[in-house]
Amino acid sequence: MNKLVIAATVNGDPVEFLTDPGGSLLDALREELLLTGTKEGCGSGDCGACTVILDGEMVCSCLVFAAEAQGRQIATIEGVAEGGRLHPIQRKFLDHAALQCGFCTPGFIVAARSLLDRNPDPSESEVRYWLAGNLCRCTGYDKIVRAVLDAAAELRQERRVEGELAA
Amino acid sequence: MNDLSGKIAPGPFHHVGTRPVRPDGVEKVTGKAVFGPDFSVAGMLYGAILRSPHAHARIRGIDTRKAAALPGVKAVVTGADFPDLESLTVSAGESSGDIIHISRTCMAHEKVLYDGHAVAAVAATSARIAQEALALIAVDYEVLPHVLDPEAAMRDDAPLLHDGIFTKGIEPAPERPSNVPMKVALARGDAAAALAGAAAVAAGRYTTEFVHQGYIEPHVCVASWNADGQAQIWASSQGHFSIRALTASVLGMAQADIRVHPLEIGGGFGGKTGIYLEPVAMLLSRKAGRPVRLAMSRGEVFRATGPAPGAVIELRIGAAADGTLVGAEIDFIYNAGAYPGNTAHSGLICALGHYRLANARITGWEVLTNRPAVKAYRAPGAPQVNFAVESALDDLATQLGIDPIALRLKNAVIPGDAQPTGVPFGQIGYVECLEAARAHPHWSAPLGPNQGRGLAGGLWRSHGGPSTGEVGLAEDGTGLVAAGSPDIGGSRASMAIMAAETLGVPYEQVRVTIADTHSIGYSMVTGGSRTTFATGKAVIEAAEQVIATLRQRAAAMWNVAADTVEWRDGTAIRADGERLSIGQIAAKAAFSGGPIAASVGLNAAGYLPGFAVHICDVEVDPETGHVGVLRYTAVQDVGRAIHPAYVEGQLQGGAAQGIGWALNEAYAYDAQGRMENAGFLDYRMPVASDLPMIDTVMVEVPNPAHPYGVKGVGEAPIVPPLAAVANAVRAATGKRLPDLPLTPDRVHAAVHG
Repeated sequence: MNKLVIAATVNGDPVEFLTDPGGSLLDALREELLLTGTKEGCGSGDCGACTVILDGEMVCSCLVFAAEAQGRQIATIEGVAEGGRLHPIQRKFLDHAALQCGFCTPGFIVAARSLLDRNPDPSESEVRYWLAGNLCRCTGYDKIVRAVLDAAAELRQERRVEGELAA
Repeated sequence: MNDLSGKIAPGPFHHVGTRPVRPDGVEKVTGKAVFGPDFSVAGMLYGAILRSPHAHARIRGIDTRKAAALPGVKAVVTGADFPDLESLTVSAGESSGDIIHISRTCMAHEKVLYDGHAVAAVAATSARIAQEALALIAVDYEVLPHVLDPEAAMRDDAPLLHDGIFTKGIEPAPERPSNVPMKVALARGDAAAALAGAAAVAAGRYTTEFVHQGYIEPHVCVASWNADGQAQIWASSQGHFSIRALTASVLGMAQADIRVHPLEIGGGFGGKTGIYLEPVAMLLSRKAGRPVRLAMSRGEVFRATGPAPGAVIELRIGAAADGTLVGAEIDFIYNAGAYPGNTAHSGLICALGHYRLANARITGWEVLTNRPAVKAYRAPGAPQVNFAVESALDDLATQLGIDPIALRLKNAVIPGDAQPTGVPFGQIGYVECLEAARAHPHWSAPLGPNQGRGLAGGLWRSHGGPSTGEVGLAEDGTGLVAAGSPDIGGSRASMAIMAAETLGVPYEQVRVTIADTHSIGYSMVTGGSRTTFATGKAVIEAAEQVIATLRQRAAAMWNVAADTVEWRDGTAIRADGERLSIGQIAAKAAFSGGPIAASVGLNAAGYLPGFAVHICDVEVDPETGHVGVLRYTAVQDVGRAIHPAYVEGQLQGGAAQGIGWALNEAYAYDAQGRMENAGFLDYRMPVASDLPMIDTVMVEVPNPAHPYGVKGVGEAPIVPPLAAVANAVRAATGKRLPDLPLTPDRVHAAVHG
């Protein structure tokens, strides 16, 4: 079986990788590009540990063929921090102790960022339903939801300050 | 016990009770942390396991020739490659098991005993080739009748799983083998007579199903076995020393030849205290002469690793008119799956351990069926029987017209009361938990239509056990802590807090490493709610030894007697007030006697059980039977919380797992004994939108046997939720539903029945 050569953009950088025609984007990220921050918990799209952003849409990378990434933009957990500066969601996860084992954490952070990019002021209920595709078995979700709400508040404050400075 | 009391530090503390960012936190929020599946080595092969499609079958033959001939296949392994072993009971994480059964769980030999049982394995140059090779292996099965139900498995005419298992715990010893490996019993007073004279008796038959720990990281390991006989294993687990010991025993190797490196672990809850893949990966590696990664899919995790036992519990509990419990009779059966799981004893100890009761008879049976062998799951053996007991107590409160908390307070154990084992309880805090629950605004908040409130209490016995802790100083005075206990939920942070508190230095001046099996002394698994208690004690004692050395070195540098030097806030202080900081002493250590380090190995005594009380509000939809959890409060005596945020997290996580157990989770099998829901879509664990915030109340009754008062906290919070939820559903509907999970169809039928 011949492998396919795929060219895509991952976290802003151009990449090329090989994949079997039936290979998943998750396997390509982890095995070919060595971006192991994106996790596999089920391989069937039920746990959200493999969540990435594909052309702006939140997807389970285990359900996407690697070949589908040709020419497209992918954002993973490795691109959430800007250089050495953590994203507010990452900082709030640490401040709130919103992780125990940490295995589901990358998927939650990528999903939460996708939410806050769309909805800067979500209610608790909106956070819970947005994150309902991500399984966490350690925390009972309480501290995760609080961390996301707190990060949203901080991001709103940052934007207000930026707006005032611009004006 | 006397020598263990009176040593507790009174505070105030600099670090204990604070909430710093965990030392491994940034790695885990940026995707850099290396978990089990993230590890690879050069030249690595990819393994895969062929699993039985039958619940019970004799293996007449396995033909692996076609698979072995497939280009890219480097090794094939079957049960025939495993050494013959003598029966021997070995420690296996939180419980024990026969080494033959542990070996057969890794790879079937003569028979397969459950759907998913491993029968052969291959290693190939790619994962795809390995999967193709599995399809070329021909197994000749003689399918046998199977049994899934524990009561059916106890009958004389039931299909027999093992020829060599005879029930332990009955006299005279049986001459016929059976599916019943163990009977456990406990009796005091005259339970039957007490029940006959009781003013009220609550009776019932309760059942719970097989449930899985549901950690999100599947099992995986990489093994590399060299030509000189030495091997390395990289794996995430709750105990790399357990992996070393069990793999060595299964393969007949010396422990000197197996070095196990702990990787970050993505959840375990007891399910990663043993071995499944490691000996298989080792044999593949030896045959191939290359490192082999062997990983499970989610389906394999469900079908072939150990869930918690399902249970059948029959009980009668009686009380006097004032609510005083007078007698109880409990008979329970734990369905252990294919091999003995030794969880019945915990059921015996935890069933009534939280109440004073003069007359009690408890009998427990462990029964084998054609399901995967059970493994520890958070407070193993306790939640099932607690569900029945706390449901019955609720019924008694209703019958007698007594408030549920008042009923429990009237009978709650206090320090000095006898435990089920006969030993008196130490400084326990069940009464304090019940009082805190009663004082919580949740307990008296108003409820709406179709809503109900339930409460339940429970205990987990916790553990101490063997641990090693090391503290060494870098040249600038940094405290370098090494421990042999995997960090599954923030224990690096608690170790750093306790070491910094003891040394008197900033939290950031201490760094914690989880050391591999060849780099530190033995440590028992991270399990049994023991790590912050036992490994913490070892680390604290090592830090104290380092302080003693620092005082000697400072004294030598000053040329004064060591006993005139005080240690405070990370500084040696001479009688005249002259000071030397830890950094100043460490910098000169080479000249004052050599590097400063201490290693402490201990068997931590004085652990105390953890008590928990949970309050749950539900709303039942009478049209669909759906049960929604509206509000939840978890109260627990935690001794003293070292890092309160991670202690709260244990309470919240345990509650969420217990809610899933009560409402959704269960293994489902078809008529052929094949698991029907081996995936997260159909095995439905709670998601964020299923749950409310989970309020926590940390009651602190410090443990005198730990320098900072620690009690185990991880497991007790999964004990009360089953009954707390069921009692809430009863309050909402007026119906007692004795069978878990409380699925919409069952609730709907009860409401409309």
